[in-house]
Amino acid sequence: MSGLIDLSASQAAAAIKRGEVDPGALFDLYRQRAATDSLNAYTWVAEQAPKAPPQPSLGGVPLAVKDLFCTEGVPSQSGSRILEGYRPPYTATVVERLAQAGAPLLGKTNQDEFAMGSSNENSAFGPVLNPWDRARVPGGSSGGSAAAVAAGLAPWAIGTDTGGSIRQPAALCGIVGLKPTYGAVSRYGMIAFASSLDQAGPLTRDVSDAALLLSHMVGERDPLDATSLDFPEPIAMPSRRTLAGIRLGVPSELTGEGIEPGVLGAFQATLELARQLGATVESCALPHAPHALAAYYVLAPAECSSNLARFDGVRYGYRAADPDDLLSMYERTRHDGFGVEVRRRVMLGTYVLSSGYYEAYYGRAQRVRTKIAADFAAAFERFDFVVMPTSPCVAFELGSKLADPYAMYLNDFLSVPASLAGIPALSIPNGLASPPGGGTPLPVGFQLAGPAFSESQMLDVAFALEQALGFDGRAVRS
Amino acid sequence: MTPDFEPVIGLEIHVQLKTRTKMFCGCELSFGAPPNTLTCPVCLGLPGALPVANARAIHFALMIGLALGCELADHSVFHRKNYFYPDLPKGYQISQYDEPLCRGGELAGVRLHRVHLEEDAAKLIHLGASGRIHGSEQSVVDFNRGGTPLVEIVTEPELRSPEQAREWLTLLRATLRSLAVSDVNMEEGSLRADANVSLRAAGSSELGTKTELKNMNSFRFLERGIAAEIARQRVTLEAGGSIEQETLHFDPVSGEITSLRSKEEAQDYRYFPEPDLVPIATTVAMLRAAREAIVELPRARAERFEDEYGLSVDSAHLLAFRFELANYFEKVVAVREGIDGQQIANWLTQLVARIGDQDPAQSKVTPEAMAQLVELISARAVSAPAGREVLDVLVREGGDPASVVEQRGLGALHDEDGALEAIVGQAIAADPAAVQRVRGGNDKAIGALVGAVMRETRGRADGADVTRLIREQLGI
Repeated sequence: MSGLIDLSASQAAAAIKRGEVDPGALFDLYRQRAATDSLNAYTWVAEQAPKAPPQPSLGGVPLAVKDLFCTEGVPSQSGSRILEGYRPPYTATVVERLAQAGAPLLGKTNQDEFAMGSSNENSAFGPVLNPWDRARVPGGSSGGSAAAVAAGLAPWAIGTDTGGSIRQPAALCGIVGLKPTYGAVSRYGMIAFASSLDQAGPLTRDVSDAALLLSHMVGERDPLDATSLDFPEPIAMPSRRTLAGIRLGVPSELTGEGIEPGVLGAFQATLELARQLGATVESCALPHAPHALAAYYVLAPAECSSNLARFDGVRYGYRAADPDDLLSMYERTRHDGFGVEVRRRVMLGTYVLSSGYYEAYYGRAQRVRTKIAADFAAAFERFDFVVMPTSPCVAFELGSKLADPYAMYLNDFLSVPASLAGIPALSIPNGLASPPGGGTPLPVGFQLAGPAFSESQMLDVAFALEQALGFDGRAVRS
Repeated sequence: MTPDFEPVIGLEIHVQLKTRTKMFCGCELSFGAPPNTLTCPVCLGLPGALPVANARAIHFALMIGLALGCELADHSVFHRKNYFYPDLPKGYQISQYDEPLCRGGELAGVRLHRVHLEEDAAKLIHLGASGRIHGSEQSVVDFNRGGTPLVEIVTEPELRSPEQAREWLTLLRATLRSLAVSDVNMEEGSLRADANVSLRAAGSSELGTKTELKNMNSFRFLERGIAAEIARQRVTLEAGGSIEQETLHFDPVSGEITSLRSKEEAQDYRYFPEPDLVPIATTVAMLRAAREAIVELPRARAERFEDEYGLSVDSAHLLAFRFELANYFEKVVAVREGIDGQQIANWLTQLVARIGDQDPAQSKVTPEAMAQLVELISARAVSAPAGREVLDVLVREGGDPASVVEQRGLGALHDEDGALEAIVGQAIAADPAAVQRVRGGNDKAIGALVGAVMRETRGRADGADVTRLIREQLGI
């Protein structure tokens, strides 16, 4: 049976189609592994495989789903105490589509509360451990999905990315993570953090799995999501071996200061590899990128302060006991139900939207956002993709940044610009690097960002790099 | 000397649109369905649910904008209005803020500030004796109403009296009803009005401090509420006091005005563009569809009534500004060719005096009966006072006027058989003093004799006939 674990999701799907692998046995194997998970990657695991549709294109390869996707009758708590035990009456569009395509729900994965965090330490259900080093974080907010895929507790997973929440944990866990073009994947049924930024995407062992999973997440727009878009063409399976003719832009603003030497070293080595594969690699400018983090930490909290207003104790979820009156019910429910980081961002967002401050904060941040999108658009006139590290650091120790929110927010400075621009971005593992001060080498992520709807080409380029890099994550899948 | 004060009134009106489904989800709209049966994840504000704008509601709002002569935006935006209340499941209302669908416009000389789209809140039901929140034992929420499409219409502060406010709102209702975009029923809450009221020195162009009167749920209460608030402000100002900006509740039973919240308690709604929706881009096709969907508006209808049926300006307005009444009028006119439209209009005033705000089509008086009654009166087969009596019966019991006249002996008394002549003779014999005055040249004194005959005939005689007979018998 252990041989099954070594099959990637797409290999497993193909083997099922050839009749070599029984999908029921595959589900049971992963179910068993998920149920005995010691990384705290899961918050719920399926008892048995749901009834499979006939001849599904994904063969029945089970899927781990981030907690914040609503799944009918199954706990969907978004990592929050305020939704403890909440079982929605409906299923998110993307989970439904994937189930129909033959990726049945294996389990729900742990995450930072309401997707707010970069370490998965903000979960009401405890932190997730990094399978490469259990004293370290897996990244966040999709930390459970990333750790589960890295550790072979799931063949593949979906997560959501608002400012890096797919790409950063993928990087820290040594797997592939892709944030699609904003609007490409339906947000219906995703418990919202920041509506104008949230986007669902795949976390997978390799680039081919990401392409296969993504091909069933995008397509026709969802009539239930007004911001969703038709994907212009089907996702192509990657096959490229060289990078001849590919132009990569390296933004000086995002490839220098504030990045660990080990991460930067791996990045430079990958650029050299890209050149050897035939790519042209030149520096480019994203002049407004240094302001992205500040704009992001105005816009995302603003939206979250409003999106999280529905958690008021009236209709579902946690309600404080014996309130004196309506106001005290609201205050105590939300004080006790939300964790400290969520409360911080709700207060921040409430402040920046308040009368008299709106223009100075929200208005300016929106203008910065427009400029960042324009920076990328200008770069894509000369380059096919912009490349940079995914995270400025390798996985850090649990608890090491909890006391300093600003240090934690800095983790996002390389991933947030693409989020604000609404463009697709992908992280692939490009080697191992020791943390500052030494220690066991840990995975590093290499990030590509491309124009809207360039996912197929981006996956193709990533595939060529992946083949040449030969990153091996088997060690943590034992 | 105390200055003379002039009231300044603006209205903020909410109209529930009669779409099939809610503003941002597919739940059906229905007044009076069992509580919480018309809900879904979207209108319950469940985690993960997203709104999608109702194209029909946008169409209706564009129709309203066109009918009111507004400037229609080719790009408008939904905003979130954030506040906590149990009838607001998302913790924000999706509304419009600085980029509404329609701006400006005018109706009957009153200019409009804006017209925008939003969603209605759910309905809070306070259990307990009063039905109000104060002193209630428990409050429960019915989410059926939550998410109903609303159009908010805001006037400029250009109304000058409670009566004018009521009249203007009546015209607005007729306009909306002729568009068939809403039931516009104040009792059922599909039409709701808040009034901003302030006083200023007559002739001044500056505005005084205003108060906002909330949710008066009938035309009568609107008029009375505004009148009461004007009176309250006048007393305060005349005593040298000043008006506080606050939101008020008018209790139609006690006539009392109580404060709901003061300016200090005013909320900061933290408006920002709704990121779950895309802006509304009003296309040429959408405008064409809205324009084509607009049928005759009250003002045009009044003009047609003047031209087509020869109605007086007042009668034409009276009818056309009440949509149901105008429809009923046209049904009565259509019963028989050549029937006198002005007579019908006059008798419809009589009907309205008896049935009030009720739709005449829902009354027991059929258009056929109404036409027959007017014909009987025109043919002098029934006198006017007897006709009013017939109408009383029709309103109470229905039926056709000819049978009512027959059964109750209300037919006009003419002098053919000499009966009327005899009654006139008796009246003359009974009041020699009046006869003397008439003979002495006091023509008005004849009224006493006519009155006596009318009393005797219970109004069935024709006044002109009676006068003629009296003169004949007195030889003058």
